[in-house]
Amino acid sequence: MWKFTVRRIGIMIPQIALLSILIFIMAKMMPGDALSGLIDPSIDPATIEAMRDRLGLNNPWHIQYVDWIKGVIQGDFGQSFRFKMPVTELISQRLINTFWLSLATLILTYLIAIPLGITSGRYNDTWADRLITGYTYVGFAAPLFIFALIMVWIFGFHFGWFPTSGSVKPGLSPGTFEYVLSKINHLMLPALSMALIATVTTVQYLRSEIIDTKQKDFVVTARAKGASESRVYNRHILRNSLLPIAAFFGYEITGLIGGTIFIENIFGYPGMGQLFLESITLRDFSVVTTVVLIFGIASILGALISDIILSLVDPRIRIK
Amino acid sequence: MGNPILEIENLRTSFRIKDNYYAAVDDVSLTVKKNELLAIVGESGCGKSALAFSIMGLHSKANVEGNIYFKGRDIANISPAKLNELRGKEMGMIFQDSLSALNPLMIIGDQIDEIIYIHNNKLAKKDRKEKVIDLLDKVGILHPAFTYNQFPHELSGGMRQRVVIAMAIANEPELLIADEPTTALDVTIQSQILDLLKKLKEDIHAGIILITHDLGVVAEMADRVAVMYAGQIVEIADVYTLFENPLHPYTRSLLNSVPNSNVVQSELHVIEGIVPSLQNLPREGCRFSPRIPWVDSSAHEKNPELHEVNPGHFVRCTCYRNFYFPEKSKGDQHHVVS
Repeated sequence: MWKFTVRRIGIMIPQIALLSILIFIMAKMMPGDALSGLIDPSIDPATIEAMRDRLGLNNPWHIQYVDWIKGVIQGDFGQSFRFKMPVTELISQRLINTFWLSLATLILTYLIAIPLGITSGRYNDTWADRLITGYTYVGFAAPLFIFALIMVWIFGFHFGWFPTSGSVKPGLSPGTFEYVLSKINHLMLPALSMALIATVTTVQYLRSEIIDTKQKDFVVTARAKGASESRVYNRHILRNSLLPIAAFFGYEITGLIGGTIFIENIFGYPGMGQLFLESITLRDFSVVTTVVLIFGIASILGALISDIILSLVDPRIRIK
Repeated sequence: MGNPILEIENLRTSFRIKDNYYAAVDDVSLTVKKNELLAIVGESGCGKSALAFSIMGLHSKANVEGNIYFKGRDIANISPAKLNELRGKEMGMIFQDSLSALNPLMIIGDQIDEIIYIHNNKLAKKDRKEKVIDLLDKVGILHPAFTYNQFPHELSGGMRQRVVIAMAIANEPELLIADEPTTALDVTIQSQILDLLKKLKEDIHAGIILITHDLGVVAEMADRVAVMYAGQIVEIADVYTLFENPLHPYTRSLLNSVPNSNVVQSELHVIEGIVPSLQNLPREGCRFSPRIPWVDSSAHEKNPELHEVNPGHFVRCTCYRNFYFPEKSKGDQHHVVS
């Protein structure tokens, strides 16, 4: 088990290095830089060129990359041109916000998916199953940004149950109980909107896994032992059906990143996704690369977590 | 031989294909006595396994009609809870493919433990473990305490089959159904498993139904043999009679198809045609007639029934009286295999 984990983490390092190079090159390929947009047009172009030289923007890409990665390893992601502050400082609070939003979404996703998937798979081709599959088709078809807008309109404006923007009520000091409650209250609507859409894949997956496992020979063996239906399901069918769901966990995280980009913009939630879109439009190069790098690392970590979970629950893939 | 443990009367198991039901087991009646081993032989798809599953009540989407008396009690129409009390306790089943028959995520010990626990949850975990290790030892597992903690994929095919057998006999059932227990194994392991079954047969005093398509296994193991063709029993007799004096054309063809080192045959005998699929089964007249077209059609009965030609020896249809092998296979050559 330890050997497996260590080996698996070993694979991650070159993955992340490659990722950082790709991100850097792609960011460099974006037209324009921080000195081509909001600069006073009356400034002499020669001064701007001199500025570029001073900032190292005219160096070949690999030299710029080495400069950048040296800083990154030390936790220095450079300066944001737009906000005139270190990227690290800019990102830290937003990263925490996005982390809580993602966690809440993940929990809600599985809270919805597991009971629905089990019901649908166990009682397949009944009215309950048809209802659930109907919902999943709607979920597949509905674009997240439209669905989120509808949620904001119904629960935010119409009923006024949830706040429609921000991550916490202004004027509360961190650490107090009210602060935490307000945080959760601000999280609920975006997390629920995202979970309701993201969960449909998992529901469908779990449903078909259960229908598949139901017909396996070892289930017949369990029945031949005299096991009751509930025992057959809990002991034999469910555990085997949850395996692929665990494997799917990593992709769930990747999907979540795409989701937060939309959701944070719609809900005005100050997180990484919102910062990401803003920075792209403003050509805030150092922020974009940092955000993409963090998203990339999150995906790789997601895959790692999947593999570790899978090796814990499935004895067949443990490396001896 | 004692009293019958199992009596099946007019069993008919049908499966739905589109809007119609097709019988895979059609009007089967048989009995199994205590300490008796009844072999059921036939080609793939003749309904042997469907019959076994019907007895155990393991079909989830089949229509099972008729009566199955287990120790005098009709189990074809009892509630699932009542059936679960019998399954695994008084009736055990050995499955064909041991890899898929075992739960890949559970250690061997827990899988055998489960069958004991279900029927006796008062027994302490420690005692159950002891019992499981004894069972593993009994079926010839070399390091039972070690194997207890192993997963199915860590064992060889022969070991897994032993585990499946240990599971089936864990509660000392009175009826044991072995559904092609050696088909998935290579020849040397096959003979080891057969030896084990023979030993167990003397040990556990159960009625055993052995389903197989291997006539060598039948000759070695069986007391009585039922030959099935297209969902029906076509001949039933004790093992000596069946090999010495087979009557039904299908039985004779089967025996004639076994390669034999004593007779130099230029060509292996093959039965013409294939087993008809469920939907294309001839439902009227003799079901074997399409595969022996050279036999005069008037030899067949209109509604073939089982006739008792000698005490305990039943043959379906009258066509056996006029049956002969066509020229090229050089006549009727059958030999006791063992």
